[in-house]
Amino acid sequence: MELIDQHTKEIMEGCKVRAKDAGLSFQDETLEYIVTNRDLLEISPKMMIPTLYDYWVHDVEVLKEKGKYELYPGNPYETVINTRPAISFYNDNNPDWMNVMIFYHVLGHIDFFQNNLYFSNTWDFDFAGQALADKRLIARLRTEHGRWVDYAIEFGRAVDNLVGYHDEISRLNRPHKSARMKRLDYYFDIFLQSEKKVSTTEYMKEVDLYNKCRKEYPAAVEEAFFSEVDKRFPEFEAMFHKSLEKREARRTDVLQYLIAHSPFLQKEENKWIQSVLEVIRNTSLVFQPQIRTKIMNEGWASYWHETLFLKDDRIKGHEVEYARVNAGVTSMPRVGLNPYALGMRIFYNLEEMADKGKYSFDFRKIDDANEREKYDRKEGRGKEFIFKVRENFSDFTFINTFVDQDFVTKNNLFVADRRLNRQKMTWEYYVKSKKAKDYRQMVIDKLYHPPAITIDEEKSVDGSLYMVHQFEEKPLVKEFIPNTMLGIEYLWGGPVHLETSEVLNISTPGLPAGIVTGFPIPAPEEPAEPEVQWQRVLYTMKDRKLSKRTV
Amino acid sequence: MKPKALFERLKKEGNLSGEQEQKIAEELSQEYLPAERGIVPPAPAKSIYLYSDLLDLQDLSRPYCSFTTQLGSLDELLERDKLREKDGFPRKIRVGRLIKPGKGGKDKVVVVPSTVEEKFLHDSIKPPEEEGEGGEGGHGEGEEGDVIGEEPIRSPEGAGAGPGQGEGGPHEMESSAYDLGKILTEKFELPNLQDKGKKRSLTRYTYDMTDRNRGFGQILDKKATLKRIIETNIALGNVPDLYDIDTGKFLIAPSDKVYRILSKEKDYESQAMVFFLRDYSGSMSGKPTELVVSQHVLIYSWLLYQYEKQVETRFILHDTEAVEVPDFHTYYNYKVAGGTQVSAAFKLVNEIVEKESLVKDYNIYVFHGTDGDDWDTDGKASIPEIKKMLDYANRLGITIAEHGMSMGGSTEVERYLKKSGLLTEKPNHIRLDVMGQDADEPRLIDGIKKLIS
Repeated sequence: MELIDQHTKEIMEGCKVRAKDAGLSFQDETLEYIVTNRDLLEISPKMMIPTLYDYWVHDVEVLKEKGKYELYPGNPYETVINTRPAISFYNDNNPDWMNVMIFYHVLGHIDFFQNNLYFSNTWDFDFAGQALADKRLIARLRTEHGRWVDYAIEFGRAVDNLVGYHDEISRLNRPHKSARMKRLDYYFDIFLQSEKKVSTTEYMKEVDLYNKCRKEYPAAVEEAFFSEVDKRFPEFEAMFHKSLEKREARRTDVLQYLIAHSPFLQKEENKWIQSVLEVIRNTSLVFQPQIRTKIMNEGWASYWHETLFLKDDRIKGHEVEYARVNAGVTSMPRVGLNPYALGMRIFYNLEEMADKGKYSFDFRKIDDANEREKYDRKEGRGKEFIFKVRENFSDFTFINTFVDQDFVTKNNLFVADRRLNRQKMTWEYYVKSKKAKDYRQMVIDKLYHPPAITIDEEKSVDGSLYMVHQFEEKPLVKEFIPNTMLGIEYLWGGPVHLETSEVLNISTPGLPAGIVTGFPIPAPEEPAEPEVQWQRVLYTMKDRKLSKRTV
Repeated sequence: MKPKALFERLKKEGNLSGEQEQKIAEELSQEYLPAERGIVPPAPAKSIYLYSDLLDLQDLSRPYCSFTTQLGSLDELLERDKLREKDGFPRKIRVGRLIKPGKGGKDKVVVVPSTVEEKFLHDSIKPPEEEGEGGEGGHGEGEEGDVIGEEPIRSPEGAGAGPGQGEGGPHEMESSAYDLGKILTEKFELPNLQDKGKKRSLTRYTYDMTDRNRGFGQILDKKATLKRIIETNIALGNVPDLYDIDTGKFLIAPSDKVYRILSKEKDYESQAMVFFLRDYSGSMSGKPTELVVSQHVLIYSWLLYQYEKQVETRFILHDTEAVEVPDFHTYYNYKVAGGTQVSAAFKLVNEIVEKESLVKDYNIYVFHGTDGDDWDTDGKASIPEIKKMLDYANRLGITIAEHGMSMGGSTEVERYLKKSGLLTEKPNHIRLDVMGQDADEPRLIDGIKKLIS
C-alpha cells in the first residue's frame, strides 16, 4: 500500500474544493492509497480496516477468497473507510478523468459518513487508531493466554450482531434532561402512583403543593418542594436513586450483559476476556451504521459523482467514456437490485419533488392525477431537502418513506419473480407486481436485520442465562444455534436457554384440487400466501449438550 | 407444490417426452450456478450488499493467486483446528471444494478451507411453491404478469451443485484431489495403507544406471572392473600366489573395464481400481446423495494420495438395475425415481472385474453408498454377490446415509449385512458405516476412517 502520487492528489484536492462549493461537508484531510489485488484480498476479511485485530477466521477467509477468485471474480469490498482522516483505496491504472469521477463518489461517501446521524457513534474517534490499539491489546493477551484468546474472540463474535446499536445511538442523540426533572417525574408518575398508591384527592393535594411552591419560591421550586416531600416520605430519596440505577441497567445487549454479569468472567483469572468482548462489541458497533445505510450511502455517492462530474471543467472531452462507465454503475438491471441505481434515483426524485413543493400538505390533498402531475410551486428547495434526508434517514426509513407509487411508476420498477414453464421447460421471469407496497416490502426484506434477542433476568434462575428471541415471523438459522449457544455457555459459565419460534407446519392453500389431465394448470392469478404455523421452543445448552423442548 | 411432486404429476399426465423427463430429473438433483455464457435476459441477481465501489466503479480485475502456494499456512490453520477438540469444542475448519462448471464436463475445482461464523441469524421460511424465491427487483417495461425473459432449466454447458459442495470430473480435479488426500492423511489422521498389495507393470519407465557394459559407459563400476581384471590376470598366469598378489604386474585390457550405463527400466508400482457405487433411486435425493458423494470424493482423494495417483475409478449407479457411467459428474447428478436393488450393482462389479480380468493387475476397492433401502429385504441376492466380491476386493466399504424416515439404525441393508455375519468374519475386507442424514464433514471423515482403517 502506498499513497497516490502528487499529481493525482492534486486532482483530489480540486474535487474537494468543488464538492464543498456544492454543499457537501467533510473534514479537509483524507488519505488515498493505491492497493494491489493481493492487499485487497488480505484486508477485505478485515472489513477493509488494515489495522483490525488478527483472527484466524480472517486467514481462512483469505485462503478461501484466493481459491474463489480462481473460479469466480466479484466480491464485496468497500473502498472508503470511515476513519479520521477518511481513507480510500484505489487501483493505480485509472486515467485522470476517471479519477475525477471516483473521487467525487468517494467524497460523497465521506460526506455521508460524517453527516448522517446514524454514524454519530463513530464521529468522536479515529477507528483505524482505535483498531490498532485493540489489535495490540489482543496480541498482548495472546502472548499470555494463547489460543484461548481466539476462543474468546470466536464466542464474542458469535453474538456481535446482537449489539444494541439503536440503544447506543439513541443514548447519544437523546436530549439531556436534567436530573431534577427526572426526580419530579418519578415522584408524580411512579412514586405516588405505583409505590404509594395514593388516592386521587391526595394526588391532587400534592399537585397543589407543588404549584404553591412555584408561586412562593420561583427561583428554587424543586428544592422547596422536595424538602417538603422529605419530611413526609423520608424513604423517597433512596428509592429514587435505586430506580435510577435500575433504569440504567435495564437496556443492555447480550455482550454487555455477559461482560457485566457473567459469573465466569467476574473471576480474577478470566477478567481479560471482558476486554476482548469489549473490543468485539465496539468494533461491531462501528460497522453497524455502514451496513444499515448501504442503499442511501451508495445512492448519495452516485448522485454526487454524477452531478459534480458533469459540471467539472477539467474533464472536457471524456464525456462519452464517462457515460459508459457511469451507465454500468447506475443502470437498473432488468432483474435484480442495484443499490447505487436505486438510491440515486430516489435522491433525484426527492430533489425534483421538493423543488416543486410536492412534499407538502397542499399536494397530498390533491386526488386528481393530472393535477398532481402538473403541480409545481417552484419552491426550489430540492437540495436543502435531500441534505436533510441524508442527515436523518437510514435504509429502512428511506425506503419505507420515499418509495411511493409515483416513484415506482415513474421509474418502471416492479417486483420480478420466476416460475416454471412446463411446456418449454424453462424458468420464466415475469412481472409479479408493480405496486409500490410490494416493491417496498421486497427491498425491505433484503435489508440487514439481525434478530432481536434480549436477556430475561427474571427467568434466569439457578445461575442460568435466559435469552428471548422476539417473534417477527422469522425463524433462526437452526444449524447455527448449537455452536452459538456453546460459545455463550462458555462465556456465561452456566446453562444457557434460548426461547425462539420455529415453523411447525406450512400449508399451501388454493391449489386446484381436481386437475384435468392433459391440460396445463393455469397459473393462479394471485397466488395465495402459504399459511405458517409457529411454535415456541426452548433450547437449552448445558454442559455443552443441547436440548430442545416446546413451551 | 414441491418440484418433485410436480414432476410426478407431469409424468402421470404424460406431457413429457423422455428427454424432458430426464432433464427434470437432473434438475431436481442440483442447484444451479450461473452458466458462463450469457443467460437469456435476466442475469443472476446480486444481493445489495455485494455491490462495491472497487469492482463496480474501478472495474478492478480479479487477483490471481494459486491456492497451492498457500498450503503452508493452511497446514497451520488445520493444526490449530485440531487443538479445538482437545479443548472440548467442535472443529470449525472444513476443507471444502469449489467447483466451476466448464465445457464438456471439464469442471474446474479448487480446494479451499472454509469456515462459518455461527451466529443467531434470521432464516427465511422457504416458500413451498415452485415459483422463485419470493421476489426480486426489476426495472423496465412490462405489465403485471408479463413474462420478461426465460432461462432454460438445464443449461447446455452442464452445471454443478451449490458452492462449496460440488464436485467435478475426476481428471480435472486430480491435482487438487491429491492435495486434499494429503491433507486428509496428514491432518485428519486417516491411516496410511500398510500393504498396498499387488504390483503390476505399468507402461511407465524409469531411467536408471542399472545395465552394465564393457569398454565404455558413463560410470566405472570399480568392483566389477577389479573382478574382471583379476579374472583376466589369473587366466594370463599373473597371479601365481593368491596370498601374495603383486598388482603391479597386472595387465589391463580395455574390455576389462565395466561401466554402468543409463537404461530404461520398467517400473513396478501398486495401483488401485476403485469402484464407486451409488443408489440413485428416488429416496436418495437431497442430503443422502450429497453425503454419499462427498464421502466418495474424500475417499477418492485419499486413495489418490496413497497410491501416488495410480488410481483408476469406475462409477456405477443403480436402482433396480445397475449402469456404469463415464464420469464423476454424471455419477453425482443422475437421479431416477425407481426402486432399489443393491445386488444389481454388486453383480455388475463382479461382472466387470471378471470380464476385464482386473484382479491380476489391480488392488480393487469398492465403495457403496445407499440410504439403506433394499427391496431385496433379506439380502438373498446381495449376500452371495458380496461374498464373491470379498474374494478379490481389498476392501468393500458400505456407507448408509439414513434419511429421516428410517428411525434408529436398522435399515434393510444394515440388517441383512449384520445377519450374514460377514462384518465380523472378514473385518479386513468389508466395513459398514451408518450415519444420519445430518452428518457433517468431520463425521464423514470419521466414517472414512471406519471404512478404510
